[in-house]
Amino acid sequence: MAIDLDRCTGCEACVVACHAENNISTVGEDQAARGRAKHWIRVERYYEGEFPDVKMKFMPVLCQQCDAAPCEPVCPTFASYHTSEGLNGQIYNRCIGTRYCANACPYNVRYFNFYNPEWDKPLNLQLNPDVSVREVGVMEKCTFCIQRIKAAEIQAQAEKRELKDGELKPACVQSCPPTAMVFGDLNDPNSEVSRLAHSNRGTKLLAELGTLPKVTYLQRDSWHDAENT
Amino acid sequence: MTLKTPEQINDDLLRPLSGTSGRYWVVLAFLAGIVVAALAAFLWQIYAGLGVSGLRSPVFWAFYITNFVFWIGLSHAGTLISAILRLANATWRRPVTRCAEVITVFSLSIGASFPVIHLGRPWLAFWLIPYPSERGIWPNIRSPLLWDFFAITTYLISSVTFLLLPMIPDLALVRDRALGWKKKIYGVLALGWTGTPKQWYQLETAMHIMAIAVIPVAVSVHSIVSWDFAMAPVPMWHSTIFAPYFVTGAIFSGIAALILAMALLRKFLHLEEYLLPIHFDNLGKLLLMMSLLWFYFVFSERLTGWYGNESSEMAVFWLTQRGSFSPLFWTMVFCNFLIPFPLLAIKKLRTITGTAIASVAVVVGMWIERFLIIVPSLSHKYLAYSWGEYRPTWVEITITGGTFAAMALLYMLFSKVVPIISVWELKAGPREAAHPATALPRINEAGAD
Repeated sequence: MAIDLDRCTGCEACVVACHAENNISTVGEDQAARGRAKHWIRVERYYEGEFPDVKMKFMPVLCQQCDAAPCEPVCPTFASYHTSEGLNGQIYNRCIGTRYCANACPYNVRYFNFYNPEWDKPLNLQLNPDVSVREVGVMEKCTFCIQRIKAAEIQAQAEKRELKDGELKPACVQSCPPTAMVFGDLNDPNSEVSRLAHSNRGTKLLAELGTLPKVTYLQRDSWHDAENT
Repeated sequence: MTLKTPEQINDDLLRPLSGTSGRYWVVLAFLAGIVVAALAAFLWQIYAGLGVSGLRSPVFWAFYITNFVFWIGLSHAGTLISAILRLANATWRRPVTRCAEVITVFSLSIGASFPVIHLGRPWLAFWLIPYPSERGIWPNIRSPLLWDFFAITTYLISSVTFLLLPMIPDLALVRDRALGWKKKIYGVLALGWTGTPKQWYQLETAMHIMAIAVIPVAVSVHSIVSWDFAMAPVPMWHSTIFAPYFVTGAIFSGIAALILAMALLRKFLHLEEYLLPIHFDNLGKLLLMMSLLWFYFVFSERLTGWYGNESSEMAVFWLTQRGSFSPLFWTMVFCNFLIPFPLLAIKKLRTITGTAIASVAVVVGMWIERFLIIVPSLSHKYLAYSWGEYRPTWVEITITGGTFAAMALLYMLFSKVVPIISVWELKAGPREAAHPATALPRINEAGAD
């Protein structure tokens, strides 16, 4: 995945779409204030400059699907594991809730079910049948909409063809109004996302930790120019 | 001091086993009440969900893991100290060893319960045990939590063995003096001990093997506990100093717990003639050394972190040094160094009261130390947007209080069932050397001990 920070307007459509697609329960105001909110993708806000001359910068942060993921080796029950496609899988049924993965994750993108999930009516009627609902005591996180990936793969297989670039989009990418997010196959050198990943605007979040994230952030042009001059 | 005959020693040390005062039952009921409250809090947490604790994103570990590290650390009181003193043939250890070994077994059991208490789904804790299952997978051997499981199990088994072995002759002694159903129970526990030279030889050999084996086990346990933290790329956790730092802290808090337990036993079981000022003086010197070592480790850790000036580390560094955790940090330095150092370094102050006060300070300080290692780092990880502050709730506080009550409760019960001072070892001591009745154990003095 590639995220163009220049295009992100901080509208949070991705957050809402993710909640709807992945059956993420809303925890309510009180619990959210106590740090129990679950947003598999969140839009981080950072402020630049001194008041009143302040600029707000947005950065959507989701699971970086690291190649060397700190969350994976620490899980005692293989609930957090590396899939053959290179994603960080999370098997809810295996999770016993040690929360070690969330502590090890430098991006803080793993979310814990402190209570059993509940939905205000009529939201309880719109659950996605392709995604399991997680019970209390279980860790969860962004899956890159694995259910969509699997569905598209099966469809392509049935039609005896390869997946086309841009054919499938996770909910956040699909719902992004300024198309700040691009999703695709990094193993395909001709895909749009590969091109962006190798762009000279491309950076990785906390790259210095050596986690080899698969999300590329495209720097703002203003930063890029400042760096090049 | 006049030398006591073996019969007097028997009477003195077995007296707690026969009579119980009203005060004993009052204290026992009070402690049991706290333990029941803690159990109720835990059941409520299972029923409602972990949300009833103060845990939150990103502070996913706090009081429970603090208690885990603290109690496992405290368990180093016994086995390690007693094993080292046995191997060093320090004769003054004789009245101290059992008090110490009991602390190990109980605090280890309490500490080992916390990884289960803190789980999101504690009813699935057995998934850490490697056994062929319908799930078709083994536990993940790469996870430090699994290393914990093996290390703690090994340590528990070996420290229980280490406690039980030298109890056998004393249990036989109780058996010989008991009547009725008590005689039967102690008879089973004494494993047919009759005190033949062969049995003494076997016991001494077994003790010697265990004393050697238990030292690397104890060191490995707290190293592995430290690696729960040091293996994760979290600011101020990811450090090579953690394993020896944790082991040092563990022995430090362990000795403090031992001094405290001995001071209480001496007062309430009237063991003034057995737990002598020299024991407190010697243990006080050990505690002083550990206090200096502890300060050295904290200083090294802080200095290198500060000098390296890495931005994410500095966020945590200043949070503890000057920020919201600084009152706790300076309380810790006060309790672990500024109070014990003068009390233990000045000979006049290194009395029973002095060492006991220092020990209380160290136990409090070491609990805070564990908390400060865990929580500030988690609350200020790399991305500033996701920082969060942790506050404990009544559930965590009750469970924490319950563990201290459980420790005192178990200790009280144990001291009523088994002589808390090893009778045969005491009799084998040098001050009884003139007495013929102790000749048999002394044969072994020259050998394995």
